Amino acid sequence: MAVVEQEPVLLRAYQFTPEPDSASWSAVLHICVMTVDHKKIGIMYVIMALVFLVIGGIEALLIRFQLLFPRNNLIGPETFNGLFTMHGTTMVFFVGMPILIGIGNYLVPLMIGARDMAFPRLNAFGFWATLFGGLLLYFCFVTGGAPTMGWFAYAPLTEHTFARSAATDFWALGLAVSGFGTLTAGINFIATILAMRAPGMTLRKIPFFVWTMLWTAVLILFAIPPLTVALTMILLDRNLGTHFFDVQNGGSAFLWQHLFWFFGHPEVYILILPVFGMVSEVIPVFSRKVLFGYEFMAAATAAIAFISLGVWAHHMYAVGMSRVVDLYFAAASLVVSIPTGIKLFNWLATMYGGRIILASPMLFAVGFLSMFLIGGLTGIMLAVVPFDLQLTDSYFVVGHFHWVLIGGTLFGTFAGIHYWYPKVTGRMLSERLASWQFWLLYVGFILTFGPMHVAGFLGMPRRIYTYDAGLGWDFWNQVTTIGAIIQVPSYAILVFNLITSLWKGQPAGDNPWHAWTLEWATTSPPPAYNFETIPTVHSRRPLWDLSHPDDPDWKYE
Amino acid sequence: MSSLLLLASAETPDLSMFDPVSPSAKSIRDLSILVMIITGLIFLVVEAVLCYCLLRFRRSTPGGNEPPQIYGSQPIEIAWSVAPALIVFMLVLITTRTLWEVNTDLPKPRADDRALFVTVVGHQWWWEYIYESHDGRKLGFTTSNELHIPVGDDTARPVYLTLKSSDVCHSFWVPRLAGKTDLIPGRTNHTWFQTARPGLYLGQCAEYCGCQHANMLIRVVAEPIEDFERWLDHQQQPAVVEADLHVAQGAFLSQSCINCHRVRGTTAAGTFGPDLTHLMSRQTLASGMIPNTPENLRAWLVNPQNIKAGCLMPAFGLNKHDLDQIVDYLLVLR
Repeated sequence: MAVVEQEPVLLRAYQFTPEPDSASWSAVLHICVMTVDHKKIGIMYVIMALVFLVIGGIEALLIRFQLLFPRNNLIGPETFNGLFTMHGTTMVFFVGMPILIGIGNYLVPLMIGARDMAFPRLNAFGFWATLFGGLLLYFCFVTGGAPTMGWFAYAPLTEHTFARSAATDFWALGLAVSGFGTLTAGINFIATILAMRAPGMTLRKIPFFVWTMLWTAVLILFAIPPLTVALTMILLDRNLGTHFFDVQNGGSAFLWQHLFWFFGHPEVYILILPVFGMVSEVIPVFSRKVLFGYEFMAAATAAIAFISLGVWAHHMYAVGMSRVVDLYFAAASLVVSIPTGIKLFNWLATMYGGRIILASPMLFAVGFLSMFLIGGLTGIMLAVVPFDLQLTDSYFVVGHFHWVLIGGTLFGTFAGIHYWYPKVTGRMLSERLASWQFWLLYVGFILTFGPMHVAGFLGMPRRIYTYDAGLGWDFWNQVTTIGAIIQVPSYAILVFNLITSLWKGQPAGDNPWHAWTLEWATTSPPPAYNFETIPTVHSRRPLWDLSHPDDPDWKYE
Repeated sequence: MSSLLLLASAETPDLSMFDPVSPSAKSIRDLSILVMIITGLIFLVVEAVLCYCLLRFRRSTPGGNEPPQIYGSQPIEIAWSVAPALIVFMLVLITTRTLWEVNTDLPKPRADDRALFVTVVGHQWWWEYIYESHDGRKLGFTTSNELHIPVGDDTARPVYLTLKSSDVCHSFWVPRLAGKTDLIPGRTNHTWFQTARPGLYLGQCAEYCGCQHANMLIRVVAEPIEDFERWLDHQQQPAVVEADLHVAQGAFLSQSCINCHRVRGTTAAGTFGPDLTHLMSRQTLASGMIPNTPENLRAWLVNPQNIKAGCLMPAFGLNKHDLDQIVDYLLVLR
């Protein structure tokens, strides 16, 4: 406890988290509610996200069963519209963001050699705001059903005229509340990364995941407030009689689209940048090589973050903007593919000449590489305005963004979960189960979302609860549904593996993957104070320097 | 993949964007194939490199000496930044060319311009077509859910649509004729197409617009100019009713049907629902959902919610006598 004596101020934060003698439910609950420890909060974020992932997944399955046959009568239009609204909202706001913020929460202080986030209580507030935002959203079922305006809620469908029930209010309130949580997390990440780094760790030496979390946080800072403002405008329209989006009274339906996508497009990068960071940690370790072109990768991350703030209207080519405006947004969107390409090439260059071990984290990382590429290329197709006029709002778009969010975000996140699970729990996950999970997901995913692109080419719009036979859509929808069914056991295996490995898994030790960043220097799981003594860092791979004193990294950086 | 697509589009030509019949849809198709070739090549190269790395550098057992550590290379980084930048530049150029071909300004109707001007109003969940002018001649009648256009065989006969919405956002999409253009309340948009191929072109609303978004179907009937002119002349006439159906007409006019529907030449002047003046000249009911047969029409009147759940026409609980009379009346609105 020498550390405690050196750091009396930090100790105070931990007095709120007494370690229980027995792991009774009330004791565990007490810890959860009272804790301000970034690791516990991170785990709670991830568990919350996994619970919502199951809920959102069930919603997706119901959608797929309805679309299995043309003119199917399984689910009516109101319920179907509610399902896809809740599915989209849940997956973006209560699965994607929390799981990435949670992993960041756990890792960033460990990776930069800090004892906690800069603002531990704000950190706890952020988690609880996110969780209660999600609960508020789902409270709409108690009041009589889901909102039915789709996750991007185009005005004036959100106006009282078209959405009479309170569900829309709960939707807006839930997102606004969770938005505050996300915003505080963003502020916390920036403060932590800028102010809490270990001695010697300059910004040029932070692990690449930390670098991507920094830019994610910057995007959160720019993207969430416009959403909060727009949601407030909805709530004012619905409850206090204002007319921001009420066209009949001089409001503007168009305004909502700009406000929403000004949030919505950076949001896509909030959901992918941390994943870029995770695979940038996994690929070097399992190729046994240093990350190729760290500086260029860092610059590409910054470039993506900046450019992504100026491309939002590529979601709006069909709304009748001028050709010049369309062309600007097309050019800006296409430019994003340059830094994204740089990243892909650098990952491949990292693998080239390495000693690649296809352990489960690397398996998912390779799955990410092979699939995210396709999502990026269909993104190029969508950026090309005339092509997009055919593709937008068709099933092609549904295929595209699921390819990015599952092929990209989810595969990358699973790489991260398999990579850091030993650090978090002190136990290894079962490689056999992980490999089953991977292959079921890989095959199921391709079968689910590949045919959606074809259905889009064949003229099938998104968000339709049914369709006529004989338009050539039946077959592709049936393959999609089969693919979705194949994915189900994959998630079940993941949950089973995560739970049973807690006591069945092989003990991991401090550094089972022989990795190089600071989180692997401490015990697994790390103590509440993370490091007994704050390490001094000389390079991007401090543990490499330790094991190769004759040939340390700092000579080359 | 592309051969798979061609196969699929050959079987079902109805709504494929790869089977265009209009100049703008054709230039989009050509651009799309070019973009798909470019992205396809990138896909092949990158996946090949990935597979090579996996096959060549995979080790089944961990351990052994660490491979040489290579920290990066400025010339290589610059090379793989510049190459994509060149591709992006090329993509921007071809995008510009096609964008200016597809997205043209709306001209004003002129005498003998061989053009058809129609104002399209999107409603939850049906289409209102207001025929403004043809060949410079003013028209000014309204129909719904079935857009008739002339085909230009030797001369181009462009169709210009002015797009408006009466409630929420919709999107007009007939893939074989043109890309999407949204109908946004409070804004006026426009699109255009022309075709030399007679036929029925299907599409549907492509912007989620509420409960029955899925059944806001579009039917465009492209017919030779003679047929089209005949259709135009017929549609401009008010409804004609034989003397023996005056009682039936009375039954219709005494119900609340007339609050929402119009039959030109009668006191029914509602505009909230589709114009019924020439109802029986259309092939479908409920915005393209079901064939327009006497049985379906009757079923629709008994309870529209059984057919199109959530649609804005309620079941009126008509007694059998009124129902018979109203069906009889509607059946003569040819």
